[in-house]
Amino acid sequence: MRRTAAAVFRKDVLVELRSRALLTRVVPFAVLVLVLFAIALDSEPLVLRAGAGLVWMTTLFSALVVVQRSFEVERRDGALDVLKTLGVDGAALFVGKAAALIVQLLALVVVLLAGAVVLYGVNVEPSALVLLVTTAVLGSCGLGLVGTLYGGLVSGTSSRDTLLPLLLMPVTAPVLIGATRATESAFGGDVTDATTAWAWVGLLAVFCVLFAVAGAMSFGPLLDSDS
Amino acid sequence: MVDVRDAVVAMGGFPALAGATLDVREGDIVVLAGPNGAGKTTLLRLCAGLVTPVRGSAQVFGLDVAEQRDAVRRRVGFLGHANGLYGELTTRENVAFHAALVGASNDEVDAALQRMNLAGRAADVTVARLSAGQRRRCALANIVVRRAGLWLLDEPHAGLDSDARAELDETLLSARRSGATIVLASHDLERLGNLRPRIVRIQSGIVVSDTAAGASTTGVAP
Repeated sequence: MRRTAAAVFRKDVLVELRSRALLTRVVPFAVLVLVLFAIALDSEPLVLRAGAGLVWMTTLFSALVVVQRSFEVERRDGALDVLKTLGVDGAALFVGKAAALIVQLLALVVVLLAGAVVLYGVNVEPSALVLLVTTAVLGSCGLGLVGTLYGGLVSGTSSRDTLLPLLLMPVTAPVLIGATRATESAFGGDVTDATTAWAWVGLLAVFCVLFAVAGAMSFGPLLDSDS
Repeated sequence: MVDVRDAVVAMGGFPALAGATLDVREGDIVVLAGPNGAGKTTLLRLCAGLVTPVRGSAQVFGLDVAEQRDAVRRRVGFLGHANGLYGELTTRENVAFHAALVGASNDEVDAALQRMNLAGRAADVTVARLSAGQRRRCALANIVVRRAGLWLLDEPHAGLDSDARAELDETLLSARRSGATIVLASHDLERLGNLRPRIVRIQSGIVVSDTAAGASTTGVAP
């Protein structure tokens, strides 16, 4: 399983590095959304208050593009069908694809957090860095795991582009809420105290474990169902 | 090697195979011929363990495709209409990916590329820049590196010009000399003369004739 997952991860990262879709399409889109939110809200206290939520909402929107791109690469020349014919372990395939997606999302979150510091003027105390890093990692994991599972689910359907947001957004609500609350605390807002923030981080961790297990168990049968 | 008996396969409630029987021996090159919708692709997919029969039986390498599906899939190489390649990766990287999935070595990757006449410059070009014939051969190199003993190819000559077709025929003959058994679906019987295949004709999901290898294909309507 480890060998297959590593091969799929390497392949997905290499495809991304060659296509530069994250760098040339997703990151500019995400930064633009962040800027437009700031212009639309047009109030420093409001932007500071909403900064964490804007970062994670933007990450969620961008994740849709990244997930669609990840499965488009598999679908374009029937690569996913070939992988099915190989009898590749579905759990390993899930782990490999999810890991590649998580790395991309994490890179995006880092850019957006830096963007929030620059554009919204949020202040991150050194003591809050551990909380912020943990939240970024777990938030990216949550979105990457759910994205891979639902991306695989809709990849064989003709209305996948519409279905993916409809299915993904409600399920990722716990990630959005948990990551926003924890990030708010790290940003120094007085809405969420540190203890409560770590409780939200705990929720993120539970969510990740649940979807890692669910994805690993169901990804193979899910892909096979449209053979 | 392949033993399909009275197999019925339903696709969306419609019987794509309606009691097909096929027996393939080691070293055969078998062409499945027939009009569109006859069941050629479904029969290939059945042999690849991608669909299971609702009636009848199908065994590949002595393994039941319904009961031992993953084991069957690991031993056959199936190539559908698409090549299953990643355009952003080079030829070598595509083959190396398949090699990594099955635990094959770098030497086996080099050997597969050599065998498909893709060594040298073509190995380090991204697949998106290859010709249609080269992409097809790259897909076949993936089958080679997986050490598949049974090649199941759906219309492998489709979209290729006459030179690429001839190259592909050479590749298939070379694969047979190396011990592979090949079953392919094709409309274009008249251009398969070089392969001197056994021709199995399918109509409405049933095998209606079986012509021995080397018999003339001239004048046979697809």
